[in-house]
Amino acid sequence: MEQTAYNFKEVMSKPERLAPGHRMCAGCGGTITVRNVLRALKEEDKAVIGNATGCLEVSSFMYPYTAYEDSYIHNAFENAGATLSGVETAYNVLKKKGKIKDTYKFITFGGDGGTYDIGFQSLSGAMERGHDLVYVCYDNGAYMNTGTQRSSATPQYADTTTTPAGTVSAGKVQVRKDLAAIIAEHHVPYVGQTTFTSNFKDLYTKAQKAIYTPGAAFLNVMSPCPRGWGYEPSEIMTICKLATDTCYWPMFEVIDGKWILSYEPKKKLPIEDFLKPQRRFKHLFKKENEELIGKFQEEVDKLWEELKNRCN
Amino acid sequence: MAIRERLSGNEAVAYAIKQINPDVMPAFPITPSTEIPQYVATYIANGEIDTEFIHVESEHSAMSATIGASAAGARALTATSSCGMALMWEELYVAASDRLPIVLALVNRALSGPININADHSDSMGARDSGWIQIYAESNQEVYDNFIQAFPIAENANVHLPVMVCQDGFITSHGVENILLVEDEKVKAFVGEYEPEHYLLNPNEKMAVGPYAVSNYYMETKRAQREAMIAAKQVILDVAKKFEEMTGRKYAFFEEYRMEDAEYAVVIIGSAAGTCKAAIEHIRNTTGKKVGLVKIRVFRPFPEEEIAKALSKVKAIAIMDRSEMFSATGGPLGAEVRAALYQAKCNAEVVNYLYGLGGRDITTDDFETVYANLEKMAQTHEPIGMYEYIGLRTEQAKEAE
Repeated sequence: MEQTAYNFKEVMSKPERLAPGHRMCAGCGGTITVRNVLRALKEEDKAVIGNATGCLEVSSFMYPYTAYEDSYIHNAFENAGATLSGVETAYNVLKKKGKIKDTYKFITFGGDGGTYDIGFQSLSGAMERGHDLVYVCYDNGAYMNTGTQRSSATPQYADTTTTPAGTVSAGKVQVRKDLAAIIAEHHVPYVGQTTFTSNFKDLYTKAQKAIYTPGAAFLNVMSPCPRGWGYEPSEIMTICKLATDTCYWPMFEVIDGKWILSYEPKKKLPIEDFLKPQRRFKHLFKKENEELIGKFQEEVDKLWEELKNRCN
Repeated sequence: MAIRERLSGNEAVAYAIKQINPDVMPAFPITPSTEIPQYVATYIANGEIDTEFIHVESEHSAMSATIGASAAGARALTATSSCGMALMWEELYVAASDRLPIVLALVNRALSGPININADHSDSMGARDSGWIQIYAESNQEVYDNFIQAFPIAENANVHLPVMVCQDGFITSHGVENILLVEDEKVKAFVGEYEPEHYLLNPNEKMAVGPYAVSNYYMETKRAQREAMIAAKQVILDVAKKFEEMTGRKYAFFEEYRMEDAEYAVVIIGSAAGTCKAAIEHIRNTTGKKVGLVKIRVFRPFPEEEIAKALSKVKAIAIMDRSEMFSATGGPLGAEVRAALYQAKCNAEVVNYLYGLGGRDITTDDFETVYANLEKMAQTHEPIGMYEYIGLRTEQAKEAE
């Protein structure tokens, strides 16, 4: 795969493949993920975009308007992997039969509910079969479309509408599912985990690799949700920076089974720095919950060490 | 010259698939339809067809991938039974509303529970409101013939609806019978090359499939589906006519068997029609009583007026359902045929029986009891055993006698 030097201005000047006028919230991380992943497509390549049911789908393809400059298919909540498998297979047959000349790429988007939970089986099947497609999870850590219910991607202790913090509850009980690692164990050629960095280079280059590596690829993109997380929409880049500098959201890739760390902060910040600006963790800063922040820190440290060992 | 063979129903469907050479087949194993994808996989393994098989991890994904492939512009199909179709239920509605000309080879099997692998119609009857055309078969020959007609119906510009080609699990799917196969080149010419108008991979036009449609658009999509279902009636007959020209075998919405002078009629779907025909011959030969049969082939769209017309001259009718719907008043065929008769102001006596659930056999003796009941009902004007089960092993069985 060709690697070109990243030029921020050039990349950001590429034509948008997600048109303005969609109905996503101001400051939505999901939208930023979609726009930047689609920028990684070569301009001359065509694409079919898939989408699990979720915020993105109901806001970007409300009949009779579509925000996509490419062909697009939404089927249901739990089957974005299987649906794109069908599209990609059709492409292979029609290409073989000489009915299609153009090059098409296949990219599907799902939120964490549609990816970690209800669409997990369909995703696993698509990855195992090795279709030449990219599954992009825009992970905002809860079922945001239905109003911030807990998913298996929700961080421990988060206050959600189905794990509300209360007098005898400190929010979600369980820790997050490590989906990127699970997909890596499918032995697909490319897995990347990323979020938004100041110049978007990490997301762009990972999307480029995911799209242009032959075979199944998976991208897990932390895509903050200002409404669900409870921070000012304008603060999204700060939130992402804190997520990576506290090592809450490590950025890495797994290329043909080789784990590579993409970013190691010069100074690892305490987890409070990430938790503090978010309403969903507000209850952790009450006197009686102090020890929970310590437990959160322990979990982050443990996973960070595990990841560093994998990357060595 | 037609080819004489001996095939099971599953083999016959697989053979039709081979002759049609479709583009994409995602499928997941389930008894008793499993053999269909197995045979197709073998054709692929031996380079006999160009079809791409997708080894999906569930039936939900089977229909999801079929939808993806069909929307992309491929001729796509799958096969399943029973709980497999129950798992793809959500997707049946999506396929129909996306107006995709998918064909599903359904081998009818009872739904759990208790778990049971044998024939009844609870799977397809439960999906009767999903927007699919449903075509049923009595024999291996019929399921083969129906399968060849399915794509031309589904892909017709006035239709654009998915088609379910149904046969009875084990009875038809695994029973080996003599069959007349159509020559490959004739099947290929009959089904034709698939040339979709709108599809995801169309180089000249981009397309978006599966929108969010709120209350100001949803209702129109349903109305459009209804219009397609109404239009499908003529297309089904046109395709049958063409098929008859090719093979000499005649198909319609239903088969009328010894109905020309019948006073007592059974209405039934599927393989049990064969048993009923044997009973009719025996009754007519031994007693001269005028008994007949209406065997439904096309249940969706429902040929309401045509069925009422076919039954307009009889004195008493037994509608036989091979699936429960727990309305506590009858089965689905019973409800629809009774509605058709009411609408046509038919005065015949009507009774609705359930039979054959979970593969329970129905015998010629059972049909003779049914016809005897009809004769009594015509005299007394009282239904005998309305909504009773035929062939129960318990004391309840006596109620229908």
